[in-house]
Amino acid sequence: MMLDISEIKVIEHDVLIVGAGGAGLSAAIESSSQGMSTGIVMKSLLGKAHTVMAEGGMAAALGNVDARDHWKIHFRDTMRGGKFLNVWRMAELHAKIAPERVRLLEEWGAVFDRTKSGLINQRNFGGHRYPRLAHVGDRTGLEMIRTLQDYGIHQGIEAYMECTALDLLKNEKDEVCGVVCMWRETGTFTIFKAKSIIFATGGGGKAWEVTSNSWEYTGDGYALAYEAGAELMDLEFSQFHPTGMVWPLSVKGILVTESVRGEGGILLNSEGTRFMFNYIPERFRSETADTEEEAARWLAGDLNARRPPELLTRDVVARAINEEVKAGRGSKHGGAYLNIATQRSAEDIKKKLPSMYHQFKVLAELDITKEPMEVGPTCHYFMGGIRVDADTTMSTVPGLFACGECAAGMHGANRLGGNSLSDLLVFGYLAGKNASEYAKNKVTHSEIDEEQASKIIRNATDILNRESGANPYLLHEQLENNMQINVGIIRSKDELEKGISQLEKIKDDYKNVKAKGTSQFNPGWHEALGLRNLLITAEAVARAAILREESRGAHTRSDFPGEQKEWLNYNIISRKGEDGNMELIKVERPIPNTELERIAESSIEDLEREIEQERKQITN
Amino acid sequence: MATRKFQIYRGDHNNGELVHFETEVKEGMVVLDVIHKIQAEQANDLAIRWNCKAGKCGSCSVEINGKPKLSCMTRMNEYGPNETIIVTPMKTFPIIKDLVTDVSWNYTQNKRIKQVKLAPESKTDKGYVMYQEDVDRVQEFRKCIECYLCQNVCHVLRDHDKKNKFVGPRFMIRVASLEMHPLDTEDRIPELKNEFGSGMCNITRCCTDVCPENINLTDNGIIPLKERIVDRYYDPITILSRKIFGKKKKKLPPLKR
Repeated sequence: MMLDISEIKVIEHDVLIVGAGGAGLSAAIESSSQGMSTGIVMKSLLGKAHTVMAEGGMAAALGNVDARDHWKIHFRDTMRGGKFLNVWRMAELHAKIAPERVRLLEEWGAVFDRTKSGLINQRNFGGHRYPRLAHVGDRTGLEMIRTLQDYGIHQGIEAYMECTALDLLKNEKDEVCGVVCMWRETGTFTIFKAKSIIFATGGGGKAWEVTSNSWEYTGDGYALAYEAGAELMDLEFSQFHPTGMVWPLSVKGILVTESVRGEGGILLNSEGTRFMFNYIPERFRSETADTEEEAARWLAGDLNARRPPELLTRDVVARAINEEVKAGRGSKHGGAYLNIATQRSAEDIKKKLPSMYHQFKVLAELDITKEPMEVGPTCHYFMGGIRVDADTTMSTVPGLFACGECAAGMHGANRLGGNSLSDLLVFGYLAGKNASEYAKNKVTHSEIDEEQASKIIRNATDILNRESGANPYLLHEQLENNMQINVGIIRSKDELEKGISQLEKIKDDYKNVKAKGTSQFNPGWHEALGLRNLLITAEAVARAAILREESRGAHTRSDFPGEQKEWLNYNIISRKGEDGNMELIKVERPIPNTELERIAESSIEDLEREIEQERKQITN
Repeated sequence: MATRKFQIYRGDHNNGELVHFETEVKEGMVVLDVIHKIQAEQANDLAIRWNCKAGKCGSCSVEINGKPKLSCMTRMNEYGPNETIIVTPMKTFPIIKDLVTDVSWNYTQNKRIKQVKLAPESKTDKGYVMYQEDVDRVQEFRKCIECYLCQNVCHVLRDHDKKNKFVGPRFMIRVASLEMHPLDTEDRIPELKNEFGSGMCNITRCCTDVCPENINLTDNGIIPLKERIVDRYYDPITILSRKIFGKKKKKLPPLKR
């Protein structure tokens, strides 16, 4: 049957944003303030995006709690946490711009927890030298998204809710000029025309069985960009958060915020040993407490005491828990014990970690003010993503911008907790600004290529119209099992190859996926549509993981232990080859700016002295 | 593991019925887990909204055995082993399909509320100065996850369908979070009285009872707002003093402590 494209509704905007979490909303607000006609499409309702689940806080060197903090120290922490694979310029921009964006959020109505002197309070977190995370109890993400939402609705932005982006449209010059979307409620289609498009689509953690991610995290941005010819970068770096719930099974993977450790929580194995003392990496040894006594002094506020090892970076803690379980010292249900009850008063816990208290009380029937929690690694975040220019956030396809989790580079091989929410504010803003500049240079919209559009729509409707075929839920389950077993937290060539051959099989079955029922709000169909994107994402992760023959940050190879210096010179890029298959290439990283390199490599003492002197000069 | 019985609403706004399902339930499962299991195994197109599965996003609101609840935070062991569990969509909003309702009306209410406007003079080079004890109250309201369960049980909206007269408890609380913000300078009391229908609420506390975030909507939010209206419009002493001394500044800057 020929599809009559002229009957499909067309909506035009100067700038169109896909995804309405913290990054997408920040981008939309900026784009609108630049006078652009701005639209934002989202798979869920407004205010429900993944950002709402973020708990701990947003990192910014405000210096409200410890005045010694400075962008240079935040930058140094970020680079060290990312094992120096971060795009230097992105880490620099982030550390410099984050404070002003956090303060702006306050102006837009966010009500952060306060210090005694009435400023935005900041808490400790893994890998951050000073208390740096602006927060609201353990529901900071909710505060962020609600603030952006409530501010954004008054800025003349058009919000298109429960609308799924299917694929991008390009003009004859190979620039992005639109996107075909499907309304979840009715199953009908709309073509959005735009002069520039910003992806703020989040990650792809739904490819794993144990994950803190929701149904939305199907790697849509990666797959749509990939299909449009964009390059993906660093996909091998998928972060496993060390503390997800492990029991009961039905909630396995749900996040337990790092703030539990930030507020003093300790990790214990089945023998009652505080095992993190045995896992301090050389790079962090001089800045980490080596006795329980020193760690206790730190918690009590001694500025000269070093940080407890529970606050090492996420890659380190996740691997340590994994090791303890493997060595037979795991908790009852195969995790580690996380205890805050012995460290803080019940009143403090309820005040500082209310949603954790509630979550465990209801879902696990456990009182965290009295008993330890059971926790284990859960797939949480993608450091890799769409390759972008650091200053403009534009991808390798003209007109397509990316920010937030779906963009690569900012976090290198491992993200520090708290750097995600601030990333959303900083790069959301930069994407909004630069996509607007780009759009301003375009006088008119491009003509839509009807053939491209009808092909996209046909691909979607075929899933419904097929007589019979594979159940999308079962295919998704196979994918999750495969990634969990073969592309997990510890990887090897054999397993990764097995994982890829399984993926190929699932991809084959996917060609005949069938969704039963009609087009109206049909989760089976939506599942099948997302699965295409998830399969592309999973393949990019597995293939990049085979190629990187070293262990760095979140990417751990049992057959290639330790960081290999020569690998620091390369990023792995995945893109769609001429033959339609995925091709992977090693590309050389640019030489870093010498001043940035000097800051990141300085000893903490030298850097602190330098900052102190700079400040003295300013006050003189 | 045990087989349990469910009746789930299937259909749209015009036509629908309770459909019987049976499935195995494992330890620790919540109602949303069961719905997902039925979806994957028996009814691929069974519609429900969800996101976080941890009570943080407010997407999966339904009525379980007639009680408005988040299905992700309702454990199966709250019900007897032989009890049939009936899951229906929120009654106050038009049904789109199965357990999914059209909640767009709520978004239009939010848009009617004037946004925050902080006093510029309280801004310092370190940001705004506010004390914890002054923001505690507002932070309680800001815990709202917009599950709309309060809107769903509010009898003004549910039984009398006065959506054109009353914004509902969620947006009373939204107004309260702005009006009680220590540095906000906007005035929303006139529209609260004249347009948002605050007088329609007769404090039956149904909203407070169902709030999954345990926000005390009625006592901490709605009643104080009603008092502000009374002070402004009905208190003879205030009215007289305003006539003599002119309008008083709405709020004083926070005290230094």
